[in-house]
Amino acid sequence: MAAGVAAWLPFARAAAIGWMPVANCPMPLAPADKNKRQDELIILNVSGRRFQTWRTTLERYPDTLLGSTEKEFFFNEDTKEYFFDRDPEVFRCVLNFYRTGKLHYPRYECISAYDDELAFYGILPEIIGDCCYEEYKDRKRENAERLMDDNDSENNQESLPSLSFRQTMWRAFENPHTSTLALVFYYVTGFFIAVSVITNVVETVPCGTVPGNKELPCGERYAVAFFCLDTACVMIFTVEYLLRLFAAPSRYRFIRSVMSIIDVVAIMPYYIGLVMTDNEDVSGAFVTLRVFRVFRIFKFSRHSQGLRILGYTLKSCASELGFLLFSLTMAIIIFATVMFYAEKGSSASKFTSIPASFWYTIVTMTTLGYGDMVPKTIAGKIFGSICSLSGVLVIALPVPVIVSNFSRIYHQNQRADKRRAQKKARLARIRVAKTGSSNAYLHSKRNGLLNEALEMTGSPEDEHMTKTTSLIESQHHHLLHCLEKTTGLSYLVDDPLLSVRTSTIKNHEFIDEQMFEQNCMESSMQNYPSTRSPSLSSHQGLTTSCCSRRSKKTTHLPNSNLPATRLRSMQELSTIHIQGSEQPSLTTSRSSLNLKADDGLRPNCKGSQITTAIISIPTPPALTPEGESRPPPCSPGPTTNIPPIGSNIVKVSAL
Amino acid sequence: MKVGIFTTWSFVTTHTQRFLIPQGRTSFVPLTTRDKIEDELEMTMVCHRPEGLEQLEAQTNFSKRELQVLYRGFKNECPSGVVNEETFKQIYSQFFPHGDASMYAHYLFNAFDTTQTGSVKFEDFVTALSILLRGTVHEKLRWTFNLYDINKDGYINKEEMIDIVKAIYDMMGKYTYPVLKDDTPRQHVDVFFQKMDKNKDGVVTLDEFLESCQEDDNIMRSLQLFENVM
Repeated sequence: MAAGVAAWLPFARAAAIGWMPVANCPMPLAPADKNKRQDELIILNVSGRRFQTWRTTLERYPDTLLGSTEKEFFFNEDTKEYFFDRDPEVFRCVLNFYRTGKLHYPRYECISAYDDELAFYGILPEIIGDCCYEEYKDRKRENAERLMDDNDSENNQESLPSLSFRQTMWRAFENPHTSTLALVFYYVTGFFIAVSVITNVVETVPCGTVPGNKELPCGERYAVAFFCLDTACVMIFTVEYLLRLFAAPSRYRFIRSVMSIIDVVAIMPYYIGLVMTDNEDVSGAFVTLRVFRVFRIFKFSRHSQGLRILGYTLKSCASELGFLLFSLTMAIIIFATVMFYAEKGSSASKFTSIPASFWYTIVTMTTLGYGDMVPKTIAGKIFGSICSLSGVLVIALPVPVIVSNFSRIYHQNQRADKRRAQKKARLARIRVAKTGSSNAYLHSKRNGLLNEALEMTGSPEDEHMTKTTSLIESQHHHLLHCLEKTTGLSYLVDDPLLSVRTSTIKNHEFIDEQMFEQNCMESSMQNYPSTRSPSLSSHQGLTTSCCSRRSKKTTHLPNSNLPATRLRSMQELSTIHIQGSEQPSLTTSRSSLNLKADDGLRPNCKGSQITTAIISIPTPPALTPEGESRPPPCSPGPTTNIPPIGSNIVKVSAL
Repeated sequence: MKVGIFTTWSFVTTHTQRFLIPQGRTSFVPLTTRDKIEDELEMTMVCHRPEGLEQLEAQTNFSKRELQVLYRGFKNECPSGVVNEETFKQIYSQFFPHGDASMYAHYLFNAFDTTQTGSVKFEDFVTALSILLRGTVHEKLRWTFNLYDINKDGYINKEEMIDIVKAIYDMMGKYTYPVLKDDTPRQHVDVFFQKMDKNKDGVVTLDEFLESCQEDDNIMRSLQLFENVM
């Protein structure tokens, strides 16, 4: 029942009184209207735009969000209105649906945004009114095609590792851009096609004379050279054909395809010629076969998309072309007959028979007018002029249809290419944004460490330094950090060097995490011995307490299996020093880095900023005894990374 | 009651009224004395506005609020302010999707259209509803008699009654249990006439009808069923 007529229900019920006298049995009781609530106006606040409607209007469709009690979830007690944080433009259409019973789809709206809104309000798109349904379906189909295209191209770009050699080859043949080898092959075959075609053409050019004053075509003069060229080209074509045949997923289908037929036809004359060189009788036929060599030019269609489109257009316009042909044939026959009989009287006329007049008719209708056959009688001239006038018309009619077909298919192709190019650019931008955000995450993690360190040492003054991230960001980062903690992994940015490193790490521990935990430990243990070396056991204990996933091989630094060069780069990359105002007490001793980190926290927390130790040092500052025993090969002293005083450098490395 | 009619062009006919069906199709009461050109000129948007909410309130048994609700529903389906038979049938059919309610709607329309103009204005609509929902038993029965009396001659004869009953059965549709047999309406009417036709003259007059209905408890009770519809 359409809800618009729900208002007429009282009328329908009242009209039922007309049945009462006719009825033979008592009627059932009427349902009691329990909440005899007066119809009230409710306010729907959608992103600030207030819509008002009667409650009963909304209750016409009880299985939607607005019509059911689901809207109570959006009720705002303070303002006594229902607040929806959605698009007010689309809401307009939705509310009109309740009012009029018809759902419209506005043309300016994006189809997926509209679909999302409808899904939110619990309205099925199928009830869109007839007036807008076509448009909606068209847009939806276009969108679906676009999604499919995206998916396809995504799938194409995925490197399926399990492609067999045969499949790779086939892919290389079909898409020359997949690998360099394929590209090379593509250009080589193209070159040879061109060479072959030019050879065939030049073969027939007269090339100087021989004694005897006979003009010789170049083909006969340099027969050997041309033969060698031809052989080479045919070799290449044969090899290509055989390779394609081998690589084709369905050989039977490949053999039947148009391109393969062209390939075969292009190389057959040569082989037939090889076979039949000696027999004089069939050499005439053999010469005709050479004509088929021109089919090599069609091999170019693999190289040119426009050519393929042209072929496809002609195929799809087959009916129009057929009509054109048919109508032309009709006209030719009519006019040829007329001309023949008109010119019959004149003597020495060239119109000897109706088929002979065909030539005249064709030449005239296509406005060529060679002039080799002209009518001489007056009647012939009259009909001849009619013929030429009508020719123009008959030819001009089907041509626009073919042209429009071609243009449509061509533009479709262009659109697909353009979409692919745009997609590449878009993905690149997204990638940049992503790395930016992950950098921000790591940055804030550093800041977070320091902040916590500071807070734990009870220094309120420096908190301002780390408040650069918003609340949402910090919460997000906290979340990421929890994830890191959960998995025991940690984030890196796209550094090819570093990414190699990640694959070699076995313990799933990265520097960041270590650093964080060190700071954890440091700051939580105020009385941590700041000199020399904490005992190995304590370190172990500490590490295990911090992260149970840490391996027991604490005698071995987690990343000690890294080559030195990488460490150095890591070091450079991962220096973070937030410069403080004075660092006088910092020594260059690595072992006292612990002191620096620890004590540095305390003395430096007065208004100056912390210089954190270099994160990337293979021996994490101070907490491991090994750090002492194994001077890192790359230490210009990590401590020398302490920048000169006074320079407020905040250098964040992306590790 | 004064009726306000608004036309965009200034041709106003005095004989008959022209109406534009809400969906934009034009239809007009067939007239006898008009030129085609004039007709086309007059096929403009004719809007009927009821006047006087207070008047209506006085004339009917509805409160202002109820009239407002009724009018909103009315105007929603018929923006031009009048209902013609087609729209009436359409609206009524929507309540009975399984069957064919067009015949009954036709009789209903005739019952609503007291002035036999071919269109029902809001005042007519509300007046009839007021009788049906808020009227006395006597008024309701009289209205029902009027409904059954198709040719409005004051008598209900068997054929009229059979038509009405058949129309009611039509509303049920084909898929019923038990399946509707062909002579069920006739049997039903026979029962009805047995009850109503006191003097067995083959027709039922208004008095006979009123008397018979008031004797029947079932009917009396069922007439009270729809009191709380509004």
